Amino acid sequence: MKPSPITSRDVYTWLEAVKDPEIPVLSLVDLGVITDVVVENNSVDIEMTPTFVGCPALEIMKQEITETLLQRGMKEVRIVVNFRDPWSSDKISEKGRRALKEFGLAPPMAAKVFTDLDVLEHVSCPRCEGTNTTLKSVFGPTLCRSIHYCFDCQESFEQFKPL
Amino acid sequence: MNTPALTELLFKMADDQLILGHRNSEWTGFGPLLEEDIAFSSMAQDKVGHSQALYELLHSLGQPAPDEVAFLRPAGQFHNCIFVELPNGEYDFSLIRHFLYDTAESIRFELLRKSSFEPLAQLAHKIHGELRYHTLHANTWIKQLGTATEESISRLQHSLAFALPYALGIFERSPFEKELAADGIFEGEDVLQERWRAKVEEVISQTDLTLPAWNTIAPVLGGRQGKHSEHLTPLLDEMGEVFRIDPTASW
Repeated sequence: MKPSPITSRDVYTWLEAVKDPEIPVLSLVDLGVITDVVVENNSVDIEMTPTFVGCPALEIMKQEITETLLQRGMKEVRIVVNFRDPWSSDKISEKGRRALKEFGLAPPMAAKVFTDLDVLEHVSCPRCEGTNTTLKSVFGPTLCRSIHYCFDCQESFEQFKPL
Repeated sequence: MNTPALTELLFKMADDQLILGHRNSEWTGFGPLLEEDIAFSSMAQDKVGHSQALYELLHSLGQPAPDEVAFLRPAGQFHNCIFVELPNGEYDFSLIRHFLYDTAESIRFELLRKSSFEPLAQLAHKIHGELRYHTLHANTWIKQLGTATEESISRLQHSLAFALPYALGIFERSPFEKELAADGIFEGEDVLQERWRAKVEEVISQTDLTLPAWNTIAPVLGGRQGKHSEHLTPLLDEMGEVFRIDPTASW
């Protein structure tokens, strides 16, 4: 019996295994950086877009995508990076948002809420879910994180920045 | 599409981002507070990333690869404004430069979101979103330190007076202003400068700092034509030192 042809759905499923190198609980699919997948015979064209233009993890992501798909039997993997469908934090899936919270990172608020930067002042704490918090720094350990402090938990926490 | 006009525009933007990104990175390990150390380092990473994306666009228009144009050109072939190559000085100068420059840059990318050169419009949309964090950072500190103590206010006032002539050099007119506007690529330096002045006035009016009358400030020009201060060559020597050991090495 001939094996059924590989579809773009298969590729998306396989890419669940490739994680964001800076947040190892979040797959690239749930992060929302894969913007198109086209499969033809045994080769695949992938279009992706970075979270932040200067994201240093992009090269590692491309390398891991290629390795993962070659291991799955694809013969050729072509990856194009562009800004046709630019990343915003709204592209993070529901599953991804839950994974972020379990990891201890506050998920970003929806872009429609983020019309005024004042909303960053009282981000919901990923531990107690309270908003008795304050913004400490809009820049954190990676380009996509900001630093906050929860007065109730008396501990700092990070948020995945809305963009 | 007018390629010479577009190339000139992209080079000056990319060079500004690369050189200021490098200056910002010089704060790594020296910030007055840990958060400021992280902030300037993060903005450095953003700006160098923005320059790389702009050099990629230039590469698609026939220019050499990003690493080559970044690390192998002499100072006379750089088109950044002189403002961004000035040494960091004390924190007050770096903060004032960050505020004046990023206010302009944010408006520039806002205007470019409507550019007729589609790849630039897409990139501008993306970068403009990221720059909200840079301008938020600048405005917060200018307002805080611009109303704090006698020392913080007088330091910022002094740096503001020193920086403004250089800041006006950001808007040095290109030989292609007419073509860029006619082709819908970019509305132009004069439009940008007018909107920049309004935004700078709005923020400074919320502090104890004062702005001199705009017509009393003589702009420091030349950077866009490759005429630079003595500070650019040492910066380029340091920035490209490792790359030039072996330009063909694979990283």
